[in-house]
Amino acid sequence: MRNRFVAQRVGFALLTLAALVVVIPILTIVATIFIRGAAAINWEFLTAMPRDGMRAGGIFPAIVGTIVLTLGTAIVAIPLGVGGAIYLSEYARDTWLTRSIRLAIINLAGIPSVVYGLFGLGLFVLLMGFGTSIVAGSLTLAIMTLPVIISTAEEALRAVPTEFRTVSASLGGTRWQGIRYIVLPQALPGIITGVILGLLRAAGETAPILFTVAAFYLPRLPRSPLDQTMALPYHLYVVSTQVPGMPAKIQFGTALVLLALVLSLNIGATMIRSYFRRRRQW
Amino acid sequence: MRQTPRVRWGEFAIESLIRVIGFSTVGFVIIIFLFLLREGLPAFAQINLDNLFGTRWYPTFGLFGTLPLVLGSALITITAIVIALPLGVATAVFVREVAPNWAREILKPMIEVLAGIPSVVLGFFGMTLVAPIVRETFGAPTGLVAFTGALILAYMSLPTIISVAEDALDAVPKLYRDAGLAMGATQWQTIWRVVVPAARSGILTAVMLGMGRAIGETMAVMMVTGNAARMPLGLDALFRPVRTMTATIAAEMGEVAHGSVHYHALFAIGIILFVITFLINLAAASTMFRKRRRGGLR
Repeated sequence: MRNRFVAQRVGFALLTLAALVVVIPILTIVATIFIRGAAAINWEFLTAMPRDGMRAGGIFPAIVGTIVLTLGTAIVAIPLGVGGAIYLSEYARDTWLTRSIRLAIINLAGIPSVVYGLFGLGLFVLLMGFGTSIVAGSLTLAIMTLPVIISTAEEALRAVPTEFRTVSASLGGTRWQGIRYIVLPQALPGIITGVILGLLRAAGETAPILFTVAAFYLPRLPRSPLDQTMALPYHLYVVSTQVPGMPAKIQFGTALVLLALVLSLNIGATMIRSYFRRRRQW
Repeated sequence: MRQTPRVRWGEFAIESLIRVIGFSTVGFVIIIFLFLLREGLPAFAQINLDNLFGTRWYPTFGLFGTLPLVLGSALITITAIVIALPLGVATAVFVREVAPNWAREILKPMIEVLAGIPSVVLGFFGMTLVAPIVRETFGAPTGLVAFTGALILAYMSLPTIISVAEDALDAVPKLYRDAGLAMGATQWQTIWRVVVPAARSGILTAVMLGMGRAIGETMAVMMVTGNAARMPLGLDALFRPVRTMTATIAAEMGEVAHGSVHYHALFAIGIILFVITFLINLAAASTMFRKRRRGGLR
């Protein structure tokens, strides 16, 4: 009789241990990068061009590059992602065509990021002739983020109760009017959350931009969408593996800026979601 | 509301556009695959098959053996899953069944944070802080070995495994738990003998999705595994440098001449990766679709 409860104690202890083994490294990673990176952060690091083979100066062009690329990704991915989600949640019936769309989304989500890089190189850089440019990089990143945006936006649209649509129809609204004026506004917070989650994934990715846009060392700001640009994730890769004699301060500083950018977007998305969840009436 | 022809035409245009956008995802998958084929298939014609499936990858000498790369990917992916599966499932069980509320409130956001950390940051952390620990613990000459890569990959696939396993546990009807407890089983016995077995198909899906994530991971792996393209055979393979398919593409594509044999060979590796992840996701999706058809009862 008592054995069973001993077994339970041991079992629960093991489960707790597993959770600790998962959580402690996460805390260690974030804390180490924040503590060691904080030493590098100052006004010059954030706003100056890199100097001395990137071993001194700032990372300004990489920060700007990542912001520009993320905005470029947003311009392409938001209409495609939200449109796809509207189709799946409001129009699609359960046919084999719809199922093939769902399958395509699952597979898009599973394609390795470096394969997106290959695809972007083949289609946008070489065949369509954009060259290694912000346009090519943004298009590649946009296709990669589509599945995240579609699935979260679809979930948000589906969460809107059917009554909203029937009431709209009973007042003489057309299907599109119902979606445009009733369903979309109600689902907007959820859609915004999904968009941010997708975009922060794009902001942190390195492999898809390796051959489509990223510049190793380009100490000026991009002037046109057909320019190359530096970007934070690729810059972190460069300073930590490609340049000998790189001061650890610069490496940790770059890691911190990237991590802080991504995590603050992440926290922002979570806050939007929980704020509107608490406020909504249905 | 009266429907003028203009409204009707406008609606028709918008609805058609949405339909086209909806189907564009299928188009993207097909275009991506066709592109890989277009650029990768020439490799199969230009390189003879003995060479292409051989054991030596030295592109400068015309040797394009992909076997060490495929095995390298397999070695660290499988090791990563062996580490992540028990850890992930145990954490999911802890979160769903055992944890007090405050622990859940801490754990879930932490796991989301882990999912959000860019892979290049994890790779950087792995090379500067994990690799030295691995080197000293196992007495290897360098810390940049397959095991370090597997360790980082395990943590990268944890968020996927935990969230899918949690959904699977969530789908087990409460009746099962009540029945277990009513039979006089302890909570632990109910979890271990009833709930986890009932969720096993979902847990299998979690493993597959985690594997798909791990095998396609590029930057972190490239930064911590040492990148030596040799056959990972022998007992100490885990503690020697290894090279994966993804790292090979990422490291070499920047330097090849477009249209060269080497260029096509890297796209051929891309085809292999695409097909592997496609099959893994297809398998995972089919278990998910089956579950949906069967409804709540399993």
